[in-house]
Amino acid sequence: MKKRWIALYVENEVGVLARIAGLFSGKSFNLESLTVGTTADETISRMTIVVNSNDETFEQIKKQLNRFVEVIKVIDFTNVPIYRKELMFVKIKNCTKEDRNELFHIAQTFHVSVVDYGTNSALVESAQTEERNEELLALLEEEFTSLEVVRGGSVAIESIHKNRYD
Amino acid sequence: MQIQGTKLFTKALKEEAVDMIFVYPGACNIDLFDALYDEPDIEMILARHEQGLAHAADGYARSSGKVGVCLVTSGPGATNLVTAIATANYDSVPMVCFTGQVATGLIGNDAFQEVDIVGITKSISKYSITVRKREDLGRIIKEAFYIARSGRPGPVVVDLPKDVMLEMGEDRYPDTVSIRGYKPSSGVHMGQIKKAMELLVNAKKPLFLIGGGVNISHARSEFTELANIMQIPVITTILGKGAIPTKNPLFVGNIGMHGSYAANMAASECDVLFSIGTRFNDRITGKITEFASNAKIVHIDVDPASISRNIKVDVPIVADAKEAVKKLLESARTCSTGEWLQQIQAWKEERPLESMVNTAAKSGAYPTPKGIIEAINRQFDSCIMVTDVGQNQMFTTQYLEMDEKKQLLTSGGLGTMGYGLPAAIGAKLANPEENVIMVAGDGGMQMNIQEMATAVAHELPLVLCIFNNGYLGMVKQWQQLFYEKRYSGTCMRYRISCKENCGKPGKECPPYTPDYVKLAESYGANGIRVTDAGDVAQALQTAAKSTKVPTIIEFIIEDDLIVLPMVKSGQAINEMILDC
Repeated sequence: MKKRWIALYVENEVGVLARIAGLFSGKSFNLESLTVGTTADETISRMTIVVNSNDETFEQIKKQLNRFVEVIKVIDFTNVPIYRKELMFVKIKNCTKEDRNELFHIAQTFHVSVVDYGTNSALVESAQTEERNEELLALLEEEFTSLEVVRGGSVAIESIHKNRYD
Repeated sequence: MQIQGTKLFTKALKEEAVDMIFVYPGACNIDLFDALYDEPDIEMILARHEQGLAHAADGYARSSGKVGVCLVTSGPGATNLVTAIATANYDSVPMVCFTGQVATGLIGNDAFQEVDIVGITKSISKYSITVRKREDLGRIIKEAFYIARSGRPGPVVVDLPKDVMLEMGEDRYPDTVSIRGYKPSSGVHMGQIKKAMELLVNAKKPLFLIGGGVNISHARSEFTELANIMQIPVITTILGKGAIPTKNPLFVGNIGMHGSYAANMAASECDVLFSIGTRFNDRITGKITEFASNAKIVHIDVDPASISRNIKVDVPIVADAKEAVKKLLESARTCSTGEWLQQIQAWKEERPLESMVNTAAKSGAYPTPKGIIEAINRQFDSCIMVTDVGQNQMFTTQYLEMDEKKQLLTSGGLGTMGYGLPAAIGAKLANPEENVIMVAGDGGMQMNIQEMATAVAHELPLVLCIFNNGYLGMVKQWQQLFYEKRYSGTCMRYRISCKENCGKPGKECPPYTPDYVKLAESYGANGIRVTDAGDVAQALQTAAKSTKVPTIIEFIIEDDLIVLPMVKSGQAINEMILDC
């Protein structure tokens, strides 16, 4: 099993997202995350799909995606240098003054920002790879008692230079 | 010029050369029926249930190669299509199903007779779409027909909201199609063909495995020529049956759960398995890790997603079967397969199909499925044979003799009981001059029995053979072999007055219901009951003489018949049950 990224160009039409998502449930493919938004051409949407699968299943996933009439292009990012990021917000609740000091240290170290701040809560915004977000989250869970987390799923794009992977 | 959506709809049908449409009316498609009233060139076939009309469209499409077209209303009209759409999808049958829909303003409101049929059919159709704007109507219908018939064919659902169809708009129907996400593969990769040919020529024990793809692409004669030149033996799936005449000495038999002994042995022992147009479904392969484990595998399929899906393929070739076979013919030469053919002949003689008829079939005077199919072989030189699903289907595919004058329609992938009768109706409508014979069990026959009225209304002299053993035979067979004869829910004679789970039918059993002879008569059809093996040929001859009226022949058969050989689900295909 290996984590892999796919970029998918699809028709920007009603029901396309349901069709793609339905493929993953219907065929028992393991979907890690799926993000979608329009492209420069507003008749086309682009999805970034992250799956965890072995080689054979991954081949089958790509073929099944290609079969859809609404799918314009499937790009396999395995072995392709890509930039990828996931947006994550973490709200730390019920925090003390010491907690907040600690939070600023963590934020500085992880290169993330504290974007909002109240008397007993703070909001962290992190745009990193999802692995880095995992690490940050693990640390925050250890340090603080009450968290609210929202994650956007990974987006990925091919890099311009060859040797950059995130 | 500005015309109503309904008028563009009928114009589109004519442009697509649709001469027949399978229909059922309702509130959301009544306007389309009104438009069809003015179109004498498009014959409407009013079925008695939407599932029936869609199977009929399937039978029409399979037997003619044309697109089968359905028109039903919204809600239940649409949901009744679901089984038939899935049936067509599995077996790659080109269909366009038009469903009425509530007006766009009501969609999502749980309006009367509203269902999201596009959502429901997403995973069982090739494509499905709602026409939300009048300006898109012509383009979407054009694309629907193109998608249905190109590449690997399949069913397309086009959902037509009532207001869109009433709206005025352009009268133009497009001539061409351009869909950026849909480009069916064309051409053949010559490098791969060369590789495949090298494997074949160097093999000691090469074998062709042929699926439905060869029949769909009308490549029978080309394929038979290829096999003849190369002297390579051939096994087929049930949908591939007929790809080579069954009397050709190179034909070994069907492969799979109820394949012939020789075919299953050959698949297990071959060193190159050259397959065309099959997707290696589990009923074909048995235990996947032991399937053709000594063989290099070549796979030609028009659908890239069917390749290396169930079986790892050494030489994949994405191509239409006919195009690929023609390319193969260019470099085909005779292989030295003498020893291998002798080995296969030995397997054929060791366990021929008829050696595996269980004792029940040998004893009584009742007609046997084998005897009936052989009588059909003798009676009809040329015919379209349609089966239902279950034991009747397996017996038919085992004993039916086929050549270029015969066609077999059967629900191979989905295994849909109730397919036989309506599909036979569609086949006869598409081929009025051809003999159409249906074989069904007493269970499947009742699943779409209402279509008897359609067959009578259209004066179709179908020969409708029912194998009546009073049981849901295939399930009973599993219960007999693997469930200690616990016949749970499979006795069709059961009545509330019966002792619970008696397990064995006898003279004291309640009478079978319905009485098929009276049923035939009440529909205005002919009904014959055959209880003696000696009367089989006569009954078939009588039915064949009818020119306008369908004939039901109810063959009373032994209730303990077992289809053999049988590979238990999950076992390797060379581990067959041969006696019981």
